[in-house]
Amino acid sequence: MSDVVATPRAKGEFARFVDRFLEDRVAVFGLGLITLIVLLAVFAPLIAPQNPYDLAKVDIMDSRQPPGSKSMDGFTMWLGSDGVGRDLWSGILYGLRISLMVGLLSGLIAATIGLCIGLIAAYFGGRIENVIMRIVDLQLSLPSVLVALILVALLGKGVDKIIIALIVVQWAYYARTVRGSALVERRKEYVEAARSLGLSHTRTMLKHILPNCLAPVIVIATVQTAHAISLEATLSFLGVGLPQTEPSLGVLISNGFQYMLSGKYWISFFPGVALLLTIVGINLVGDRLRDVLNPRLEK
Amino acid sequence: MTQPVLEVENLATHFFTRDGVVKAVDGVSFKVGAGEVLGIVGESGSGKSVTGFSIMGLIDPPGRVVSGSIRLAGEEIVARDDEAMRKVRGKHLAMIFQDPMMTLNPVLRIDTQMIEAVLAHDKVSEQAARERCIEALSMVGIPSPAERLVAYPHQFSGGMRQRVAIATALLHRPKLIIADEPTTALDVTIQSQILAEVQKLCAETGTAMVWITHDLSVVAGLADRIAVMYAGRIVEEGNVSQVLDVPRHPYTRGLIGSVPSANPLGARLKQIPGSTPSLGRLPKGCSFEPRCASASEACRAAKPDATDYPDGSRVACFNPYSLARAS
Amino acid sequence: MLAFIIRRFAQALFVVVAMVVIVFFGTNVVGDPVWMMVPGDATQEQVEEVRRAFGFDQPVYVQFFRFLADIAQGDFGRSYVHGGSAIRLILDRMPATLELAVVALIFAVIIGLPLGLFAGLKPDHPASRAIMAGSILGFSLPTFWVGLMLIMFFAVMLGWLPATGRGPVTTFLGIETSLHTLKGWQHIALPALNLALLKISLVIRLARSGTREASLQDYVKFARAKGLSPRRIVGVHILKNIMIPIVTVLGLEFGSLVAFSVVTETIFAWPGMGKLLLESIQRLDRPLVVAYVMVVVLLFVTINLIVDILYSALDPRVRLAGKSE
Repeated sequence: MSDVVATPRAKGEFARFVDRFLEDRVAVFGLGLITLIVLLAVFAPLIAPQNPYDLAKVDIMDSRQPPGSKSMDGFTMWLGSDGVGRDLWSGILYGLRISLMVGLLSGLIAATIGLCIGLIAAYFGGRIENVIMRIVDLQLSLPSVLVALILVALLGKGVDKIIIALIVVQWAYYARTVRGSALVERRKEYVEAARSLGLSHTRTMLKHILPNCLAPVIVIATVQTAHAISLEATLSFLGVGLPQTEPSLGVLISNGFQYMLSGKYWISFFPGVALLLTIVGINLVGDRLRDVLNPRLEK
Repeated sequence: MTQPVLEVENLATHFFTRDGVVKAVDGVSFKVGAGEVLGIVGESGSGKSVTGFSIMGLIDPPGRVVSGSIRLAGEEIVARDDEAMRKVRGKHLAMIFQDPMMTLNPVLRIDTQMIEAVLAHDKVSEQAARERCIEALSMVGIPSPAERLVAYPHQFSGGMRQRVAIATALLHRPKLIIADEPTTALDVTIQSQILAEVQKLCAETGTAMVWITHDLSVVAGLADRIAVMYAGRIVEEGNVSQVLDVPRHPYTRGLIGSVPSANPLGARLKQIPGSTPSLGRLPKGCSFEPRCASASEACRAAKPDATDYPDGSRVACFNPYSLARAS
Repeated sequence: MLAFIIRRFAQALFVVVAMVVIVFFGTNVVGDPVWMMVPGDATQEQVEEVRRAFGFDQPVYVQFFRFLADIAQGDFGRSYVHGGSAIRLILDRMPATLELAVVALIFAVIIGLPLGLFAGLKPDHPASRAIMAGSILGFSLPTFWVGLMLIMFFAVMLGWLPATGRGPVTTFLGIETSLHTLKGWQHIALPALNLALLKISLVIRLARSGTREASLQDYVKFARAKGLSPRRIVGVHILKNIMIPIVTVLGLEFGSLVAFSVVTETIFAWPGMGKLLLESIQRLDRPLVVAYVMVVVLLFVTINLIVDILYSALDPRVRLAGKSE
């Protein structure tokens, strides 16, 4: 019964949300940018002129060619080639896949963990909340790059290790955000009503409190994903992130660093531009989401 | 008659918002003579504060003085550029604000804030400026002013802060002080103390004053003349006794009728029906017409012009109360 | 005021103790440190010998208390790679890092504050929009990549500034510095700008929102009614008010500057402790990593304490409220 009434209103709200989002041209540009980047990454094998992992296709004679050169295979390397002769454009497309995958996966897991912990803290309160929030505060008081570096120092290299490090760095932001909005929701009458109807803790939390905390989580998620992608690139650049076998954008930039001083800028430059566009796109969308989802911040 | 300190003629200040033009002040005229106190009375949103800020030249975008003339001691100040206007503000024209908790900068000491006001207009030594500040503070009844001068605003009570603001306004012995509801935020006892002191100071220094308030009882004891504002216009202006005893405009009558002391004890308070109209969408005719008991067809068709009465009052109404009708 | 300081001190102590515990278990429970210390072709006897020599054969709690006792005396062990005292090595590199962070902080204020003030005073001016777009970009740009671009542009293409290293060093008032020579400034310019980038964006945002908020306050209107010059209103009334949040935030951000200097120092070969940390991580030099973490945590805690005191010094409402307690 209540569902029947609620659905059209929810739809109306969603449509309004979409309208409000699309009002801002810069945000629409950001959204278009991300969509394009994701599509490029997903369809990299179809778009890229070369499979940079296939050693048979990579010719050492092509190494460090400036943008626009012809490869030995005859295609034009619009962005030039890297130190071992890989086409940079292909390398970037495949690198995007790794960077996006690491960023999104770590973000998703961190969001799930942070959501659960934040909900538990807000819902049960008391000592549980105190302990959790102390840990969250401690975590947030340390810069993420430092925490990630130390974790990588302890765990070692590898995709799984990096994802773990990124999860540890991010979860506390979600936990704090979710707790904040869940505390507000918890005091509202409908939660009391749900409890008095005899719903279980889990059901009350997931069915009634969680959906109302999602707006701030979505905003945090955009910012955090951009941050995670940037952090992974930073770690990989420093040589403590992803190994050479998983050439993310950070690894590509790192590989080009040694050629920078001799003026072969493109090997580091173009992967960096790809990274930058990705992060800017996500941040633009995130900024707009914050404005639309949080009317209090609006002028 | 000697030259009035302030002459405002047909002043119009409009705010150009996204939702349209808000005519906060729309054709206001009045004069204030030396040593005279003019009370501007009106509900919130009637344009009385905007009138004050327009005179000070402190209207910020999207607002703008669109037409009219403001003459201070005979000199036009409306079209002046920022720097010329700055030289007038604080020197010849001072203002006291509504909330004393907000008018003093919380992170600067009182002496900083008062001395800078002296030095903004007079090239004197800091020591001389400090002495003038001490003098001004003792004038407004602040005990041990030299010590209090080095304190921060939060160490003062609301009433004391308003005294500091008044002292600051008096530093240059301005020709005119605009007081924008300066006692509204204060306790009643402090309110009457400050009123008494301001009245005394104005009489002593010959400073003219425009006292903006929504409270008729405040101006009743303070002002020489009263201007009643409604929806950006002055509906009635005249001597205090004239306006309060023989109000001609229905709105003025309504205002006086809603003052508790004007009502018999135990009787239900009279009130004006309806509410203040939105300044963005005023009716074509008289703005008060929708709430007016004596409205006629003429009121709906056009806005009434002000009519002068032999007793010195000016009333903008098609159907003013005559003495006979009032009694 | 005293109660306030004691409470803050207890909080700081809690953070330090928590970090000691985390670092100990992190390094001793996750992975076997012995394997990092012996060559790959070591025999079982050699491994056991190393284990005994470093006390890794003892129960965990014994190791923990020995670890506690050692660091309480400032002993973090010897660097596996360099051989010397780990804490000594870190502290020797600290002045270079602090110098870089301080200069970056100064850059952030002298670049960010005027831009933010302008954007706050004239929010609709095209230049303000450009400034705000720039600050969004500043938040998005990955620090390390900007570092590379700075090198590419200023060092490689234009040849104006050196790409790497630090200028000649001298000791002035007991502080080791390279800022006494022009060469020193040339060397620090690029890395400090790189490190400052994020904070410039931050200062712009803080200054802009603070200015916009302060401009609407009655005290600014009252200052205008007093006939003060716009210069004095902005320079004294507004600036003094917005400096409080900016100093607070920047103080707290100083720690993150030190942490981020790991990246900048590596790119610009700046001989600070961040670069040493990265080398130690790559060479699995555990005592150095532990020493670095403890030094940085202590630095953080100290900074937070100082910022609290500075904050109360800047804001008379806090300062005097504390005194009258």
